[in-house]
Amino acid sequence: MSELIRKSASELSELLSSGEVSSVEVTRAHLDRIEAVDGEVAAFLHVSSDALDNARSIDERRAAGDALGPLAGIPLAVKDVLVTTDMPSTSGSRILEGYMSPFDATVVAKSRAAGLVPIGKTNMDEFAMGSSTEHSAYGPTHNPWDLDRIPGGSGGGSAAAVAAFEAPLALGSDTGGSIRQPAHVTGTVGVKPTYGGVSRYGAIALASSLDQVGPVTRTVLDAGLLHDVIGGHDPLDSTSLRDEWPSMAAAAREGAAGGALTGLRVGVVSQLSGDGFQAGVRRRYEEALALLERNGAELVEVSAPHFEYAIAAYYLILPAEASSNLAKFDSVRFGMRVSPPGGGTVEQVMSATREAGFGPEVKRRIILGTYALSAGYYDAYYGSAQKVRTLIQRDFEQAFASVDVLVSPSAPTTAFRLGEKLDDPLAMYLNDIATIPANLAGVPAMSVPIGLAPEDGLPVGLQIMAPVREDARLYRAGAALEALLLEQWGHGLLAEAPELGGK
Amino acid sequence: MAKDRLMDFDKALELFEPVLGFEVHVELNTKTKMFSAAPNGFGDAPNTNVSPVCLGLPGSLPVVNEQAVRYSISLGLALGCSIAPTSRFARKNYFYPDLAKNYQISQFDEPIAFEGQVDVELADGSIRTIPIERAHMEEDAGKLTHVGGSTGRIQGAEYSLVDYNRAGVPLVEIVTKPIFGAEHDAPELAKAYVSTIRDIVIALGISDARMERGNLRCDANVSLRPRGQEKLGTRTETKNVNSLRSVERAVRYEIQRQAVILSEGGSITQETRHWHEDTGSTSAGRPKSDADDYRYFPEPDLLPVVPSAELIEELRAALPEAPAIRRRRLKESWGYTDLEFQDVANGGLLVEVEQTIAAGATPAAARKWWTGEISRLANAAGVEAVSLISPENVAALARLVDDGTLTDKLARQVLEGVIAGEGTPEEVVEGRGLAVVSDDGALIAAIDDALAAQPDVLAKIQDGKVQAAGAVIGAVMKAMRGQADAARVRELILERAGQA
Repeated sequence: MSELIRKSASELSELLSSGEVSSVEVTRAHLDRIEAVDGEVAAFLHVSSDALDNARSIDERRAAGDALGPLAGIPLAVKDVLVTTDMPSTSGSRILEGYMSPFDATVVAKSRAAGLVPIGKTNMDEFAMGSSTEHSAYGPTHNPWDLDRIPGGSGGGSAAAVAAFEAPLALGSDTGGSIRQPAHVTGTVGVKPTYGGVSRYGAIALASSLDQVGPVTRTVLDAGLLHDVIGGHDPLDSTSLRDEWPSMAAAAREGAAGGALTGLRVGVVSQLSGDGFQAGVRRRYEEALALLERNGAELVEVSAPHFEYAIAAYYLILPAEASSNLAKFDSVRFGMRVSPPGGGTVEQVMSATREAGFGPEVKRRIILGTYALSAGYYDAYYGSAQKVRTLIQRDFEQAFASVDVLVSPSAPTTAFRLGEKLDDPLAMYLNDIATIPANLAGVPAMSVPIGLAPEDGLPVGLQIMAPVREDARLYRAGAALEALLLEQWGHGLLAEAPELGGK
Repeated sequence: MAKDRLMDFDKALELFEPVLGFEVHVELNTKTKMFSAAPNGFGDAPNTNVSPVCLGLPGSLPVVNEQAVRYSISLGLALGCSIAPTSRFARKNYFYPDLAKNYQISQFDEPIAFEGQVDVELADGSIRTIPIERAHMEEDAGKLTHVGGSTGRIQGAEYSLVDYNRAGVPLVEIVTKPIFGAEHDAPELAKAYVSTIRDIVIALGISDARMERGNLRCDANVSLRPRGQEKLGTRTETKNVNSLRSVERAVRYEIQRQAVILSEGGSITQETRHWHEDTGSTSAGRPKSDADDYRYFPEPDLLPVVPSAELIEELRAALPEAPAIRRRRLKESWGYTDLEFQDVANGGLLVEVEQTIAAGATPAAARKWWTGEISRLANAAGVEAVSLISPENVAALARLVDDGTLTDKLARQVLEGVIAGEGTPEEVVEGRGLAVVSDDGALIAAIDDALAAQPDVLAKIQDGKVQAAGAVIGAVMKAMRGQADAARVRELILERAGQA
């Protein structure tokens, strides 16, 4: 295995800027890795044929003395929910098979402008609905830690690509945990920024009021570097915040330098650690809390009484918005078209297309959402869910009045087996119990690897949540914890992952 | 389509009280669309004024056009409405191929303007106050063209074409409260109301307000209730009423149609009706109930619209004068009689006459052309007078008559040429060679020929019977193909006959 693929993006950045390696070499190393292991992992739906050319042009610019950003020349895996002009964008759905977008998502355009090299599009649950990537129309992605297990979802492809060293960096999207839960089960770092902190333009919408694009990486610093590239106001997204943001990479460096935990008030959410959380997950979580405390953090028990209604509210708001967002997939202007035998009216063609083009989970949520918005049910369902959302926001506000960050395990279990929960949607939904509240409140949250569960040897992540706009606080605390764990382990967690490419 | 039976209008009014309601859609003439930077233009090649947002492409997001918001506030203020300190967009969900996203971004329970009223003047000079419930912002849909089949409607069509140029054009929908007490004036009131809205949006400069282009569209709701009954009757909503004349006719038609059904113990189906200009009748559209389920919910891609108090006051201060005040002012400044002014106002021609005068015509000439020949041609063609010719061209026509280039008769031919698209009046005069022959030499030659051909007439004239000259004038005008000033011809005839 090439040494280059084991490097973090920040390490590659140094090698590239010092001229020790070229972007072509780095990119080729990752393309080779994809070639070698993606048959087993299936993280990618599409691998770029332009990546080497793009890498070469970055090398030429560097040779010409152009001022390049820190991530210039580094390969980037892009979740298929983000539209790209040079690769198909399917959002994991049959209905968009082969769809070419005439424009780039803002985050992709910003990444290209920063010199990142898009290397491929990653697999995901269809339209980002799922927690296992098993709902992809193109087959599941496999967890590099155990190929029989799920890589999380919906962004299992991005997390697996990063965990399998197929890309140092990836973009994900997180509506109820689709960045953080895959990070948790693959031993990677995933960040859901403050709602509005990163543009949603070009992210194929699942639930507009919950969706947020963010980084998927192997280190907290790398996440900060990518966050700095993709964040900031976008006039094309009305919900994008106009704030000036501090550098997340700088915050990560500050955190790693030590001292960041001293006096940090860490709120332990009592509702997110008890029954229903796997023993090994709890054990690693408690150890991480103890480690934080030993290093100067003050642990505060915090109650968030309305979190227990979060999943119920989420599964009304999300399907309601999704049922409307997905209405555009009707075969009239783009995408798959299926005509009933003998032709049919436009309504019949729309219906046949949607019947053939959407998978069962998508149909389930469209039906749920359509029902929840229907006259006579709106107040009871969508209306009540929005009230719960407000209460959850208040829980956060109250908690953050007395603590700086909140923590919980990122998910209740380690990676489950492929197929294990496929026929039990409720069990699948419960996997997002810890991550959903942050989406409902719009607050930023991060998952950082904290070790392997003793009973199955699979990764566990710690979720850190901060108040709205305080994303930098996540990076400071996350990098501090990461540094302590690296010191303890002597290496990154992924060094313990099994070798791939044997089959 | 079975022909509806209609009750005599007066008889219908004897039995029933008509209750009206209007939804008027105004297309705003902003440079770009409601939620994207695509151009807002009319008449361009299909699907050229489009962006990912108007096509509902995956990943696209709407951004509110601030100019459209300002226009909407101005319109709300001109309608006497309160402006909401916070209003929100909502999604109206339904599947239709002209609706790219399969939802329309509109406003639902939080419109930008609400609770207003507008004064409308009838032909007899009386004023009626129309209560306005709300005015809200939304986006227009694309345009479907049904190809094949005989009717041009979706039924029986072989296929349909969609043009998304109109998709996302900013609209304000003005909704009235139920209008009671219109009685016999109901059809006229309907027309006067729409005409007033048209005047207002033109005065504000926020819409081209061309009904035949769909810039201004009226859905007319009509219900009848038996005299003495409190409960409102079932209403129908007539769509596709795209001229002022049709609004009046459609309301009259629905009153007469519903009256027959109700008087025979039948019931009215709550539905949309489609107005047919050619037959002057309505036909059933789709059933419509109050429970139509559009699954409205707040548009999560957009923030609430929160106009500052300063902005609202700035726009209020910039409002043009109210229509009733404006009418009084115009009538005075133009020096029209009551009858002359009503002629113009009832023809919905105030703006045209005003613009024609501004372009240099005398008030008398402007009125004469618009209410006379142009209206006659428009009626014959079943279109709006304004769609035939621009005020500038009418002023030019009047100028050509004034300076003697054209006689009235020639001017009518020039008007036809302008309407036929042959260019400005000057260009038509040039192109058709229609100017009056003011060269006396040519006239004298023609007169001498005519006199020579009618020696008996010449003798009579020379005898002092100057009225006999009429016969010669006719012959000369014929020889000049009408391109001569008859008065001058007469003078010259008398001169040649030695009587001048």
